[in-house]
Amino acid sequence: MKKLIASFLLPAATFIALPAVLLASSVVLPGSPAAMASEGGPRLDRAPIKPTDVVSLQRGARTFANYCLNCHSASLMRWNRLEELGLNEAQITDNLIFDGAKVGDLMNVSMTRKDARKWFGAAPPDLSVIARARGADWLYSYLRGFYRDPARPTGWNNAVFENVGMPNPLWQLQGQRVRVEEAVKGEDREERKESHGGVLKVAKYEMAIPGSLTPVEYDQTVADLVNFLVYMGEPAAISRKQIGIFVLLYLLALWPLVYLLKREFWKDVH
Amino acid sequence: MSDDKQVNKNRRNLVIATCAAGGAAGVAAAVPFAASWLPSERAKAGGAPVVADISTLEPGQMMTVEWRSKPVWIIRRTKEMLEGVKRDDSKVSDPQSDVPMQPEYAKNEYRSIKPEVLVLVGICTHLGCSPQEKPAADKAEMGADWEGGFLCPCHGSKFDLAGRVYKGVPAPVNLEVPKYTYLSDTRILIGEDTKGA
Amino acid sequence: MAAAEKPPVTGTGSVALDGLLTWIDARFPLISTWKAHLTEYYAPKNFNFWYYFGSLAMLVLAIQIVTGIFLTMNYKPDANLAFASVEYIMREVPGGWIIRYMHSTGASAFFICVYLHMFRSLLYGSHRKPRELLWVFGVLIYLCLMGEAFFGYLLPWGQMSYWGAQVIINLFSAIPFIGPDLSLWIRGDYVIADATLNRFFALHVIAIPLVLLGLVMAHLLALHEVGSNNPDGIDINKHKDANGVPLDGIPFHPYYTVKDILGVVVFLIVFAIIVFFAPEMGGYFLEANNFIPANPLQTPPHIAPVWYFTPYYSILRGVPPLFHSQFPGVVAMGLSVMILFALPWLDRGAVKSIRYRGTHFKVALTAFVIVFLILGYLGTEPITVWGQFGGWLGHADRATVVARICTVIYFLFFILMPWYTKVDKTKPEPERVTH
Repeated sequence: MKKLIASFLLPAATFIALPAVLLASSVVLPGSPAAMASEGGPRLDRAPIKPTDVVSLQRGARTFANYCLNCHSASLMRWNRLEELGLNEAQITDNLIFDGAKVGDLMNVSMTRKDARKWFGAAPPDLSVIARARGADWLYSYLRGFYRDPARPTGWNNAVFENVGMPNPLWQLQGQRVRVEEAVKGEDREERKESHGGVLKVAKYEMAIPGSLTPVEYDQTVADLVNFLVYMGEPAAISRKQIGIFVLLYLLALWPLVYLLKREFWKDVH
Repeated sequence: MSDDKQVNKNRRNLVIATCAAGGAAGVAAAVPFAASWLPSERAKAGGAPVVADISTLEPGQMMTVEWRSKPVWIIRRTKEMLEGVKRDDSKVSDPQSDVPMQPEYAKNEYRSIKPEVLVLVGICTHLGCSPQEKPAADKAEMGADWEGGFLCPCHGSKFDLAGRVYKGVPAPVNLEVPKYTYLSDTRILIGEDTKGA
Repeated sequence: MAAAEKPPVTGTGSVALDGLLTWIDARFPLISTWKAHLTEYYAPKNFNFWYYFGSLAMLVLAIQIVTGIFLTMNYKPDANLAFASVEYIMREVPGGWIIRYMHSTGASAFFICVYLHMFRSLLYGSHRKPRELLWVFGVLIYLCLMGEAFFGYLLPWGQMSYWGAQVIINLFSAIPFIGPDLSLWIRGDYVIADATLNRFFALHVIAIPLVLLGLVMAHLLALHEVGSNNPDGIDINKHKDANGVPLDGIPFHPYYTVKDILGVVVFLIVFAIIVFFAPEMGGYFLEANNFIPANPLQTPPHIAPVWYFTPYYSILRGVPPLFHSQFPGVVAMGLSVMILFALPWLDRGAVKSIRYRGTHFKVALTAFVIVFLILGYLGTEPITVWGQFGGWLGHADRATVVARICTVIYFLFFILMPWYTKVDKTKPEPERVTH
């Protein structure tokens, strides 16, 4: 029995060891690739998303179609894939598609890249896999990080992505916030060190003109949107894990069989 | 000796069990690879049914829509054209449309759901060229008894205004009538019928 | 040794099958090949855990070839289409994401297996006489694998693909006189461009794999010519029975085939965990920045190679430039790989296996493994990761200083090897293997 356990655990342990060290270091150590997006930047809020929550994904899809798809494309994503989220063809065509695209089309955008450069200084990136490039937490913090800044050409700045070219697409929902700096007094929600040795100041964001949603509702709207962006980054993610469980169960069942086979033959070897 | 036999039996059973389980795993592992040859989402979207709006199609006119990268002709036939089709019965090789080149609901005299509206895949059944429209007025080119129809530029196959193939031409069978259905009086869904594709 | 009884190859009991085998064997050395490499290839009976990784590397090679072939069926080696075609495989091709994740995970799995396989050799002296050529073929395989990984990494045409290739190709610019022309020739354009992508695709899918397969064949033939080493590092051919079968040897088939199958299943469990539950592996197997399409006008803030290259990348970065030229770093990086070829001749130990080596070797090997891991870790990080020393060290980056120390130890492991292996106080080897 001891040998049986050893023959499984020892190889498994070493197989796992190398990747596990890599994975652990990415979680524990600051500045490793996974944490790279946040390096040097402000602290990110954890995105409260649930990839299996279909209703949240549907709400996110609606926000995406209404507010994002005017400028950004998602040209790797097909409209009818949203049927996975429990929507039928008619619902997709009637509620989400505004430019007359067919349900089998990709989520393209009518704005040309040239116009986009003229208006925003840079073409808005395609959002199909943005969640895999930026991470859910970054997106969640970024979309809640806009504030009014008269120094910027668009009149908007962002706490997460400083001097970003993009104006706040959700300002009617979120409202207009302004940034107020004050000297630090104890613990606060969001703090930024201005420079080495300088006066430690914290930036606070105050609601100047409220939007149509309360802050709590707005956070939920953004969370749904980010949930959808994460889904869109890898639509197969859920079925990947489901299939994975069956594959693993089968392999785990196969293991005792091949172990017995090996032991049967190795009876000969003394 | 009997111990040896027992050992060998155990061994053989285990080998068989492992081979079976391993073989099943191998077959399962082959599934995604085999599946990757099926039409992708892009291909499916490209092959999806298309809607044609015939509200502006005047009698005697023809329009072309693209379906699965093939031309589909829609012709609103006039009374004279339909009578011409009747007169063509003796000239075409399969007047009753016995060869299944059309859905069951288009296996009739005019090869269509509504007599006046003809829907055809505009690809010659000989070698895949797209035939040209030749109206009845082209009698000089097509012969005195030409009632209107189509001529394939590649090998000269002739079809009448129901897409039926003439006798003595290279094309073996009538032009294909795709699956289609009326969404309304003026909108036709091509590629899918009410029974579902 | 009961193992001496061989399972029969012929005598299947079926007359028709026997007839077929006889017919084939008269025209093709089927049975003799089967015997020479499987049923009558005698491997030491005391293989331990470390001996799984050779066969596992072959399994990964097979996985990479099969998944790679299926990826080429939908991938487009075109700068305008490549990025989208990879996502097309991930989203629109049925089963495409499994195939792609298997391939991306397989790349890292390949290096894990090969690194552990090489470490096994260091442990038990598998590179020593008479297996020098076997080791040399192995290092050539490793070089091919590095090329294969490098060329393949450009193909997704993301930001990391693009800028990683940019940095590595620019290394060649550091070579005196011919450098700039050489890197231009490799790229086929003034920047990494469509031409580069297309040629890397050709190298990745056919040129290097052909060489790789040939080398694997040579590696196996060389192995079967001299026989496998074992954890005791002793020659099992010194003691044979009346039939010339080594007393401590067992036929590879069925004994090691069934044992390797056990290893394969355990490997597949881990492989499946990564493929299905953590294909990005926290950004180490698939990097976040590679989900942004290649943009020649914008460099990502931090570029690092994939983890399996990072020890060498650290060496490259750590070596200070000379006369404003990166060339010394490039040379050091090249040497750090090439020096592996010399290993069989650097090792002068009286015994092969670490079981009977003295303290010198054990300390040296431990130090080597530690610095290799540290270099590997540092290579994934920006040089500022550990901050800077104070003024008394000229505000040098701590990571750079550590990388330099590790680089020196890395080379000392090889350069001092003839000395420390020779003076080492070894223990006597046993006559027969311990099992």
